[in-house]
Amino acid sequence: MSSMTLLDWAILVGKCVITTLIMLQIAPIMAWVERRGSALMQNRLGPNRIGPFGLLQSLCDGVKFIFKEDPVPGHVNAFYYVLAPLVSLVPAFMTFAVIPWAAPLELGDRTITFQVANLNVGLLYIFAIASLGVYGIIMAGWASNNKYSLLGSLRSSCQMISYELSMGLSVVGILMVFSSVNLTDIALAQGQTLLQLGPVAIPKWGFFVQPLGFLIFCTAAFAETNRLPFDLPEGESEIVAGYHLEYGSMKFAVFMMAEYVNMFTASGLMATLYFGGFQLLPGMSQLHEAIGGGAGIMAALQAASFFAKVAFFMWFFVWVRWTLPRFRYDQLMDLGWKVMLPLSLLNIFLTGALMYAKVI
Amino acid sequence: MDLNPIFFTAFASLAIAFALLVVLKKNPVASAFSLVLVFFCFAAMYAMLDAHLLAALQVLVYAGAIMVLFIFVIMLLAADVPSFDLGRSHVGLRIGSGAVSLVLLGLFVWAFRHTESFGAKGTLTAAKIESVGGNTQAISQLMFSDYLLPFELTSVLLLAGIVGAVAIAKRQNPRKEGSGS
Repeated sequence: MSSMTLLDWAILVGKCVITTLIMLQIAPIMAWVERRGSALMQNRLGPNRIGPFGLLQSLCDGVKFIFKEDPVPGHVNAFYYVLAPLVSLVPAFMTFAVIPWAAPLELGDRTITFQVANLNVGLLYIFAIASLGVYGIIMAGWASNNKYSLLGSLRSSCQMISYELSMGLSVVGILMVFSSVNLTDIALAQGQTLLQLGPVAIPKWGFFVQPLGFLIFCTAAFAETNRLPFDLPEGESEIVAGYHLEYGSMKFAVFMMAEYVNMFTASGLMATLYFGGFQLLPGMSQLHEAIGGGAGIMAALQAASFFAKVAFFMWFFVWVRWTLPRFRYDQLMDLGWKVMLPLSLLNIFLTGALMYAKVI
Repeated sequence: MDLNPIFFTAFASLAIAFALLVVLKKNPVASAFSLVLVFFCFAAMYAMLDAHLLAALQVLVYAGAIMVLFIFVIMLLAADVPSFDLGRSHVGLRIGSGAVSLVLLGLFVWAFRHTESFGAKGTLTAAKIESVGGNTQAISQLMFSDYLLPFELTSVLLLAGIVGAVAIAKRQNPRKEGSGS
């Protein structure tokens, strides 16, 4: 640590700032995507008045959120009531720090990694910090001093604990195949070729070696981010708005922001673990050769591939939300404990057997 | 492996402050939230000692899982009633508890002063951990070779605990169970 020069510090601070700025843009952009996407699926127009395609609608919404009256209801525990949105937002921002968006770049005698921190325990760090997000929701429900809010936060903590288990176990398969918890190593290992079918090379992406694991991980990610079809913590028809019932103006917007940032991290994880992370999309390596670009162009193409994959999963979240109805609570618990958990255990045994037989 | 004294002082004093809040807060949920922060300060100190795996597990297991269940139980039991009111307790109890705490504090001070006398240091050095590829690898290798039996026995013990808890919970309302099915 002591050998860090001024330039190293500058790079580190730059990476922090860039990552934070990207994350801050997620909520407004996704709010627009969600509204236009739902309109597309329900055969209506959606916001289309402000700016081209209604793109500036989110900006106006932001201004509205900030300038609205910001009341604190009389019956709440004021300290924890104000703290709760922050507690749910901060872990959401912290988790993205270890996800790499391009391969490490050799520049002269220094290696630049394209993530804020390249931790040896990368994946465990994400699970550790992500498990803290539930406190924001518990705190909000409890401090609001309202029965609907408390019900919402109890539902949420129950759901998050149940699905965290299958989420963690589904990743074990990936850890076994690539034998690392470091996300850069996992993404690099997915550059190998799994099968050569004539001219088409199928890469060793996590999805091709762990299809069952991906299915479980993806389902659990929907539950962890409280998105439909698992948005029972805020089920409007049953408990009004759940844990953020007593929140208004910017404090409500912060909860929404945390949800979108969590979605972004979950999409980043799905891309990194199961779809090659920063490995180039098909056709991009040919493009790189055609331009004859160097390492810098390569890093840019890798970042483009990564964010394209993330964008796809973000859209997938929206797509599912406006397609599937909400689960009933007992169905949610049955699915979590009686289907997903045995399946994720089976996945571990299958992976072990396949690795023993040297298929993977 | 060297711990920066500024960071150590900061996190140690934060840990002590939050630990005091755990005891002093009247509301059990607020105490539980403070306890989470104590665990977080510990994790920060582990991370500064280059024990990244331990830090991640500390947050994952204690702050992320166990304390959520704690708070869950507290909220379900609606235990907003303060469990212990020092103001109305007996004088003898106050003096007794004070004396016991002082003795305990003395024991801790003695133990930390004589820390060299507690056995030899382990064989894992910083260089050795680096050679196997990091904390995660070093701990996993030990856990699944030398300490495999204790590790498996601990998991069986935890399983027994879970089965026992379910058995007790089921037995408490036999009438409901009988008429239900």
